[in-house]
Amino acid sequence: MKLPIYLDYSATTPVDARVAQKMIPYLTEHYGNPASRSHVFGWRAEEAVEQAREEVAALVRCEAKDLVWTSGATESINLALKGAAEFYKTKGKHLVTVKTEHKATLDSMRELERRGFEVTYLDVRPDGLIDLNQLEGALRKDTILVSVMFVNNEIGVVQDIPAIGELCRRRGILFHVDSAQATGKCDVDLQALKVDLMSFSAHKTYGPKGIGALYIRRKPRVRLEAQMHGGGHERGFRSGTLATHQIVGMGEAYRLAKLEMAAERERIRVLRDRLLAGLNRMEEVFVNGDLERRVPHNLNMSFNYVEGESLIMAVKDIAVSSGSACTSASLEPSYVLRALGRSDELAHSSIRFTLGRFTTAEEVDYAVNHIQAKVARLRELSPLWEMHKEGIDLNTVQWAAH
Amino acid sequence: MAYSDKVIDHYENPRNVGSFDKGDESVGTGMVGAPACGDVMKLQIKVNKDGVIEDARFKTYGCGSAIASSSLVTEWVKGKKLEEAAGIKNTQIAAELSLPPVKIHCSILAEDAIKAAVEDYRKKHK
Repeated sequence: MKLPIYLDYSATTPVDARVAQKMIPYLTEHYGNPASRSHVFGWRAEEAVEQAREEVAALVRCEAKDLVWTSGATESINLALKGAAEFYKTKGKHLVTVKTEHKATLDSMRELERRGFEVTYLDVRPDGLIDLNQLEGALRKDTILVSVMFVNNEIGVVQDIPAIGELCRRRGILFHVDSAQATGKCDVDLQALKVDLMSFSAHKTYGPKGIGALYIRRKPRVRLEAQMHGGGHERGFRSGTLATHQIVGMGEAYRLAKLEMAAERERIRVLRDRLLAGLNRMEEVFVNGDLERRVPHNLNMSFNYVEGESLIMAVKDIAVSSGSACTSASLEPSYVLRALGRSDELAHSSIRFTLGRFTTAEEVDYAVNHIQAKVARLRELSPLWEMHKEGIDLNTVQWAAH
Repeated sequence: MAYSDKVIDHYENPRNVGSFDKGDESVGTGMVGAPACGDVMKLQIKVNKDGVIEDARFKTYGCGSAIASSSLVTEWVKGKKLEEAAGIKNTQIAAELSLPPVKIHCSILAEDAIKAAVEDYRKKHK
């Protein structure tokens, strides 16, 4: 077993060796520009790009023609939100999203607010899921688009995309879904879902970084204003020479996901439950977000009376991320955990564990022992733990906020 | 975030962790910070009849820099008279540990903790 152990698969995944192998010839051998129509180099590259488009389409059950290549989910989200808002602004100027979305969505929405749009940011329930009645109540006559993520990146909860889709379609409102964390983990069926726009990433699903796709429904037709102008590639939605090797990598990664998802998900669920059972043997630990409506890869836990940054520093044998963005100058706890109604203390003391294709039971067991030891040590150092053990209710203490 | 070697040393091997009896006449206790802000420091000093700090203990809930700052000051206050200890400046702590600007508040908290402990002791002996 090699240290440190990687348990941060929701940040990014390694490129599967099979994917890397498939990419290499498109760098050195088949290096043609897929837009070159006059020779075999171009034809060869174009063929590979279209084959990859078919693979991506097959995983999410849409037509290949509905997919546009981008540089990643962040670009897809920017194109979907800004492109739709700008195109449909004569129809209305109101958009709806959720407070726990990824920053790619929240920051794009902020930009649209600066451009004169109005945005409603929905709260979530303590389990991390949105309340459909609240969503329905937020919809207005001038609402043009709703954007909700399929799987939350911090707590892994799965929103009710089918129901939200029905709600939006009935009212003729566009529905965008950020699926960066969903592919290879959840069944994504665009034939059944009433979704108009969906953003994808390769590198969360064992593909390379720097490539993604946007699904743009053609029936009923969704129109967008392009955000990148140039040679009119990708039906004019996204200009720029296609990165053949990256696209081939994404195609292969999605093909493997389709093949192996069912078995992989169950294997990882067993490991995640083993991790959870191990950590649950400790006192004062809490799971953040609903445990049932959640991808099996994710476990987000708060360790009470231990501060998050020192915890991350202590568990140096495992690569995890803190729900707390404490390392930044802002010193703010995770906005996602705060939106669940977690106290600042618990939001400050969270760790996100995300497991993946190459995680082993041995690694999980090591991680459990490592965390138990480190949390115990930090609690020995913690005046809050001492007070808790003395039976003092910390909520009754007058703290000097600084 | 890259920590200095001194921060890592204090974090890995904190000095003088623990607690004295708060009710003891020779003990002064300072508790500063707030859980919601991510830092709470408890610093205790044991003072002899000549007004010299003989021993010190701390417990800290906070980041590595907060733990290191409080560990360091338990070493520094030992052997000092109360007014000398109360004169320790946060800038000295920050300089010793090479704290980056976003962690300066940890050194301020440590300075506050010493002052609070000295204050508590003096209150007991008015």
